[in-house]
Formats: sequence, structure tokens, C-alpha cells
Amino acid sequence: MMLNWRLLQLPMSAETIAGLKAGDKVMLSGTVYAARDAAHKRFIETLDKSEKLPIDLESAAIYYMGPSPTRPGDIIGSCGPTTSARMDKYTPRLMEQGLRVMIGKGNRSPAVVDAIRQHGGVYFITIGGAGALLSTKVKKSEVVAYDDLGAEAVLKLEVERFPAVVVIDSEGTDLCQTGPAQYRANDMED
Amino acid sequence: MREIQTSQITATVARLAEESNYQLSPDVLRALARTKDKEKSRLGRELLDSIMENAHRAPELRRPLCQDCGVAVVFIDIGQDVHVTGGDIDSAIGEGVRQGYADGYLRKSMVACPFTERKNTGDNTPPVIHYRIVPGDKVKISVMAKGSGAENMSRLFMLKPAEGRHGIIDAVVKTVEEAGGKPCPPLIVGIGIGGTAEASMLLSKRSLLRAVGQPGIDTETAALEREILTEVNGLGIGTLGLGGSITALAVHIESMPCHIASLPVAVNLQCHSARHREAIL
Repeated sequence: MMLNWRLLQLPMSAETIAGLKAGDKVMLSGTVYAARDAAHKRFIETLDKSEKLPIDLESAAIYYMGPSPTRPGDIIGSCGPTTSARMDKYTPRLMEQGLRVMIGKGNRSPAVVDAIRQHGGVYFITIGGAGALLSTKVKKSEVVAYDDLGAEAVLKLEVERFPAVVVIDSEGTDLCQTGPAQYRANDMED
Repeated sequence: MREIQTSQITATVARLAEESNYQLSPDVLRALARTKDKEKSRLGRELLDSIMENAHRAPELRRPLCQDCGVAVVFIDIGQDVHVTGGDIDSAIGEGVRQGYADGYLRKSMVACPFTERKNTGDNTPPVIHYRIVPGDKVKISVMAKGSGAENMSRLFMLKPAEGRHGIIDAVVKTVEEAGGKPCPPLIVGIGIGGTAEASMLLSKRSLLRAVGQPGIDTETAALEREILTEVNGLGIGTLGLGGSITALAVHIESMPCHIASLPVAVNLQCHSARHREAIL
């Protein structure tokens, strides 16, 4: 299972991103930052004050995730994606700061699709509700900002063969639109 | 009068909170396996494999099925011949949630003051509790871990009676369509029909306690469930919203009488990680 998924390294070059198409199945290895609602709010407040963000977003990947607590001896708890659309309000601004790769679940707003097209980014979906399985793909985890936010703190994760599907590619094709449309007639096979 | 100690209630709630977050019940696993056989999308089948693998790995890894360990929604049916002793029952249930979420390394997601500072309460309390007084001398406790990805997609429609059966179907299909991949499909669609606004919302949530796919109480309800399931699957949303022939594992409807001028329809979506456990004291 998942043997035919393409291996990709993070951070990703602009060329690699440009070569991805909505629907491609990948396994990601490298660095991702976990950040969700409260952390995003603080990022924007920091930018509003013209201050420096606690992480360098240049070519960075953000994973919308807040883990369950880590058991002693473990690297991380359960760590599946949270609903990306709640971050839509903040995303175009962060893409201006260099953010290129996003991983979450669910569809994105038209403004985010535009920002992805404009900046040459990519949006991946990983397996919602499969947090235990996904935790086995995390090899390192450390809090790098906003420790006081608890489950919403910013984490730096090293992942290995982390499964994801390209959902919005750099041309703005959106699998959340095209995928269901393909099956709406209810007679497709592949 | 049978006596039940609040300490028994605390211990039971703690155990159910922990178990529900680690062990997907057999009815859910069977429904997922059946779905995989019917799913036409290859990507959908692969994702369903991973979802089932997650359910098998979570207990052995001792990590919860999903990082969102939910709001603890506690349904408690108290027999009228039971005397609960040893303190305040609300606090006993809250203490059970506190213990279960701490001991189980479950994520604490509750924030106090929802419209101001949203500070985490640190122990996943308070739970949301629904009491019912029933005949007999038993206490039935059900704990549901309700994640917000799905809960945020809940909807209430106060339809005109003239909109009838078609209006109900349209309202539910619209809700599932707008939710797309956000609530982690394949879903269980919980529907409450009738009563008042708040009564139908509660019916929709209670319907999610049923074993997945167990049909409604009478033939007409069961027929409406089947029709809505067909319509919802026709949306093509598929597993996690990426396209496929199966969007929902089941549709559950609970209904009750309502006012001549009303037709309340409540929809409460349940993600594929349908976590709930019950015990009878």
C-alpha cells in the first residue's frame, strides 16, 4: 500500500513545486512547521507591528496541526491535520513572507487559491483523523515558538515519508473541485 | 431505592473517555471496510486503507486515533429508582473527564470565555452533559469525543411545513456539500427532525450514538435515511473530500412531533473517527 507514492524532499524548490499536479500522491521528508489558529493570529500581529517572525518562512512548509500530548519516551502524540480553511484569512499574507507549502485538510478559499497561483505555492492534504498513523512519520519534534499556547505552539518537525496529496497546484487547479466533479455522476471507475 | 456513588460515575466516565479515543468500535470498522469495497476511486480506497490502519495502530502505539480528542459529550440516562449519592453529579462527570483526558494523554481543547481571551481550561472540562430521567434503577453513561472539524459543520434549518420531505433532503444534502472535506468524510450524517430548534439539534447528536448503519425506528424513517444516503453519495465528495463514490457511511434520523407551524431539521455531522463508548451501572 502507498508503494507508488512519489518521494519528495522539503524544503522544495520552485521548480519542484511547479512540476506538481493536483492529484499527485507524495511522501514528504524534511522540515515542516506545525502552526494553527492562535499561532497564525500571532504571526499576523507580529507582521502588523513590523517585527520579525519567530520562524523563517522563506520556502517554508506549514502543517496545520496541534498534537495530542506526548507520552514520556515518545517523539510526539497523535498528529493529524486540522481544517485548513480556518487559516485562510492569514495565508495570503504569509505567502508574501515566503511560505510556499501548506499541509492540512479540507478546501481553501478563492483568495488562497489566487495566492498559491501568484506565488508558485502548493497545498497538500494529508489523512484527516489518522493522527496515530501520521505520528509514526515524525522523527523529531521541538517547540520553536509560542510555548505558552500549549497544543497550539509552533513546532519544528522532521518528517519521513509523510503521506500527502497535491490538492491545489501552482496553476491553481483544485482537487477539492475537480475530484468531486469527476465522481458526481457516480459512474466513474479508475 | 438503589444507590449509586458519584465515585463510580467518575471512574466510568474516565474509562469511557480514554477507551473511546483509542478504540474505534467494531461497527465503525465494519462500515469502513464495507465502504472500501464500494468505493470507485483508487485514491479513496488507499486513504480508507490508511484510516483502517490508523485504527489498528492507535491502541498499540498508545496514541489517540485523532489528535483532536474532542469535546467530551456525556449522555447520561438515570433510572428514576436510582439515588445518586456522594456529591454533585455534574462535578463527578467533570472529574471523570479530567482524569480520563490526563491519564490517556488526550488533547485538551476546551477554552473558557469563548468570545474573549479563549484561555485553555487545561483539563478538557467542562464536558457537555445531557441528562435524561428514565424508568428503572440503572444509570447508562455514553461518552462521545466530538472533534470540531465535524462539529463546526452542524446546521439547523427551521423549514416551512410545506417544504416537507423534499425540503429535508435538500437541507441535508446542502449541508454535506458545503462541508466538503472539512469534517473528514466518509461521514455519519446525524439528523434530528421535529420538536423545537434545540430539541432537533439534540436528536441529531443522539442519532450518532446508534451503531453505524442501524436503520431508524420505522420503515418511513429508514426509507428517508436510504434516500438521503444515496443523494449524499451522489455528491462525489469522497474520502477526505478528494472525490469518490462514497461520502457517507450512514445516515441516522431521529424524529419527534412538532408544532403545526414548524419543521425543524438539524444536521450534525460525524467524522469517520466515530468515537463513543457506553456503560451501564
